[in-house]
Formats: sequence, C-alpha cells, structure tokens
Amino acid sequence: MSKLTPEQIHAIIKEEFGAESVSDLDNSRTMPNFTVLDHTLWQPMAYFMRTDERLKFDYLACLSGVDYGDGTLGAVYNLESLSAYQHKIAVKLKCTKENNTIPSVAEIWRTAEWHEREAYDLVGIVFEGNPDLRRILCPDDWEGHPLRKDYKVQEFYHGIKVPY
Amino acid sequence: MAETLEYTPKTRLSQTGSNQYIVEKDLDTEYMTLNMGPQHPATHGVLRVELVTDGEVVMKATPHMGYLHRCFEKHAESLDYQKVIPYTDRMDYLSAMNTEHAFVMAVEKLLNIEVPRRVEFMRVIVAELQRIASHQVAIATYGLDIGAFTPFLHIMRDREHILTLLEWLCGARMLYNYIWVGGVSHNFPPKFKQRVAEFVKYYKPKVDEMMALLTENELFIERTRGIGILPADVAINYGCSGPMLRGSGVKWDLRKNDPYSIYPEIEFDVVVPDGKLSIIGDSLSRHLVRCYEIYESLKIIQQCLDKMPEDPNFDPHAAVPKRIKPPAGEVYARGENPRGEVGFYVISDGKGTKPFRCKARAACFVNLSVLPELAKGNLISDVVAILGSIDIVLGEVDR
Repeated sequence: MSKLTPEQIHAIIKEEFGAESVSDLDNSRTMPNFTVLDHTLWQPMAYFMRTDERLKFDYLACLSGVDYGDGTLGAVYNLESLSAYQHKIAVKLKCTKENNTIPSVAEIWRTAEWHEREAYDLVGIVFEGNPDLRRILCPDDWEGHPLRKDYKVQEFYHGIKVPY
Repeated sequence: MAETLEYTPKTRLSQTGSNQYIVEKDLDTEYMTLNMGPQHPATHGVLRVELVTDGEVVMKATPHMGYLHRCFEKHAESLDYQKVIPYTDRMDYLSAMNTEHAFVMAVEKLLNIEVPRRVEFMRVIVAELQRIASHQVAIATYGLDIGAFTPFLHIMRDREHILTLLEWLCGARMLYNYIWVGGVSHNFPPKFKQRVAEFVKYYKPKVDEMMALLTENELFIERTRGIGILPADVAINYGCSGPMLRGSGVKWDLRKNDPYSIYPEIEFDVVVPDGKLSIIGDSLSRHLVRCYEIYESLKIIQQCLDKMPEDPNFDPHAAVPKRIKPPAGEVYARGENPRGEVGFYVISDGKGTKPFRCKARAACFVNLSVLPELAKGNLISDVVAILGSIDIVLGEVDR
C-alpha cells in the first residue's frame, strides 16, 4: 500500500466500475483528472473511493461548480488521501443546463454539504440528495445564479435598484 | 504520512467524546429559538447563528452567512490576473499575504514559470510575519471572547510591530498587494532584514509572557478545556484544516505534506497538542496549536534571514511577465494559511488575460461548517468559546 499515480487510480476505478463508467484520464501537468460519465454510479464510486484500502480518499479538498459556457455545467471534486497515502486526483461530473442535476456526496464527505450549497447558489447545479439544499451566500429570494455565463442581474430587489 | 495521535479520554465527562449535556427525560422544556448575531461581538463579524435551545442547552445550531458576500468569484472573471490579487487580500483580511501567495502560485503553475530564489525567501518571510500577526489576533480575541481583557492589549501592542514592518515594506498595513505573479512589488528596504531579526529577538520572550498570562490562566483553562471536542476522523470528513485539524491530533501541514516555495529547505515542526494540558481535539487544543505555531514561525523567519541570498542590485520585477496570458488549462493550487488550507481552482481558456473561472476554497468557510456538530449539546456560553476557537474571518467565509 503506497502512494499511487493518477494512472493507477484511474485503472482501479475502471476495473471496479467498468470501462464505460469513466472517461480517459486527462493527465495534465497541473491537475490530473477524469470525468464520470454515468451519473448513477457516482455515489457508489465516491463511497468506494473513500473506503477502498488502496485509495482511501478521505479528504475532499475542494468542490467547484463551473459553467463552461457551451450549455454544460460541471462540478469538479479535488480529492486527497489525507490520513493514508497523500495521493491526489480530480474528478469531474458534467450536466446540461436543462437537466441540471448531479447526485450529492454530502453523506460521504460531510464537507460537501456546504460546498454543494455554494455551487447550487452560484452556478445553479441541483445536487440530488443533499439534506439542506438552500442558497448559502446570496439571499434566499435572489433571482438567477450569478456565476452562469449568461447571468443578467435583476432590476430590483425588494424595491432597491440593483445594477449600479 | 499524516500521523494521528491516540485519543485518550481524560475525565469522566469526556468518555462519551465530549462534555456534551443530555437533557433528562421529563425535564425537557419547550424549545426556544435564539438568534446569536449578526451584530454580536463574539461572532467576529457578521455571522448569524440560529440556536434552538432547551433552557441553557443548545439542541441545534444553524449558521447563516452571506452578509459580507462581495462576489469575489464573479469579479475575478472580469479582471486581469494581476488585478485579482488585491481582491484576494480582502478575502481573509487578517492574513492577506498568505492568500496572495496561494493565488499567485496558482497562476504561476498555469504559466509554468519559475520565480527567483531570493523572491521565494522574501515571500516566506512576509508570509510568516503575517502568520504571527494573524495568530496574535486569533489568540487575543479568543481571550476577549471569554473574558480576558488584559492579554488583548499586550498582544495588540506586539502586533503593531509587525504591521509597521510590513507598512515600511510596501506601504499598506493590512491589504498589501505585495506578492505579484513572478515576483514581489518592492525589494526589501536597506536594514529591513536587521529590523526583522531584532523583532524576532524581541518577540520570543513576549510569547512566553503571553502564554503565562493567558494560556496558563486557570480560569481560561476551565472555560476551554474539554469544550467542543472534535475527533480526528470527523475533522477530516468535514474537511477541516489548519489549527482545527492539528488541534484534533492530525499532523497535517501543507508546508510539510505538500511542500511549496522554499519550505522543504527549512526546519520546523508541525505542532500537535500532546494531551497533557488539554484534551486532544477540544477548544484549548486549538488555542495551544496557535500559540506554539508562533514559535515555529519565528524559527522559520530566523532561518530564512540566514539563508536568503544577498544581491545589492536585485530587481524584484525581473521575472514578472508583462502580459499574463496562460495556455488553456486548469489548476488547483493551495497554501497553508493561518486558518487552514486556502486553495484556488483557476481555469484558463487560453484566449484572454482573464480567468475563465476562479474558485476560492476558503479555510474558514469549511471550518465553520463543523460548528453545528460541535455546538450541539453545549451551553450557550460555550458556543462562544467554540466559535472563538474555530477562529473565523467572515470576509473569507462569505468572500
């Protein structure tokens, strides 16, 4: 049991969930990552990644919501094995603007709960299964999701003119 | 590999994991909802915590934030990379240097450039000075929260020396815009190193004094020992970092475990509580970690001053790119802030001089998310002690 390279991590995931479940590894210099293609597998995969003896990804460092500007939204998970091996990998999930749901991993990494709320608030991704999916930074009755590329700020908020 | 210390219960109360109260059956009363904040001196800014209480015991705590939301991520998308740096200052305004350092590292990784060795030393010196200043505020206001006023005055007096040094260096007291992509804004003025060395020599005995005044005070220990115990596995699962995680006995410090800049060349220890004075994972442990980290930072500064290469004609702008246009790509870069891991996830589309997406992973935001877990079953007055030991800066929580 030792620190694994991104290739080895990717191979373990592929072996466990089938070659169709994830995309090829993007082994970039700055952030090696792969994309989960089958959304229904994401929760079991996350649980597997956290608990498997070889992987032990027990620390979710960051979860970012992204609007790619071409009609797709995405969530990027930066995972790390903190207490065991200290290897790292980034996982991506993508969805469309019309069908904007991604399964939640808040029950697997508790830290994801607030990160998912933030991604919901700012990018408008609905995380199915999050126990408390409310807006977190913007007011509850704010309109739209500010980090969407086509975001237009509302004219008035409770009678106060918003654009300055 | 991160080492985890064995957790040994010290008192009868702590055998259940903490001294949380359980209201006996038939003795429970009607629940009352109580708002703590947003204007409350012990919430360190505009944070509102909704407490559901049964008498004095907190049944549920829900933090509400966003009062200080300044749309950092939205702003970053419409600014050049250099112009984002002042905005990162305003996230965690008590440790601006460290946050700048993390953001600049992200952009440098995207550009794939090396910075001069002397610049790395300059960055580490200012970052460690800032870490001391930030821990001083954390320790001082923590004392203030639970009723110790005198240490606050002593500590603030010493913090002023650091702020004066940094003001001399770059003209600003708290929000510096000092660390640039590829360099720093100003070279060290003549005799600056000498003054820093004098400060290190002056401040060491003052830390001892601070420890004697606050940490060894029996009333202070009574208020914090065994309050809000956070076990190591819960801390990791909640993504806690920095003194929160080390207070739970996990030896994890990005300066050692994911080394950046010139930290690999420097000798220092990652401090975790030994469990003699405190119960591992409680509020006092987190406070102790901050106190001992000041000694470590002083050690790092001293070593940097000794090792820093001398160059009378040094130009800190020599490696600064005139136009920052990174190739398409994405990066997650992070650094160890006084409050924990600060990371920047930056996407560049390769077309322009502005980031396509810039997400800030704020340490306080993640550390605060564990508050409902810690506050449950404690007294209202202990919520103040727990919140103070988490050491939040609302500017970073809300961004």
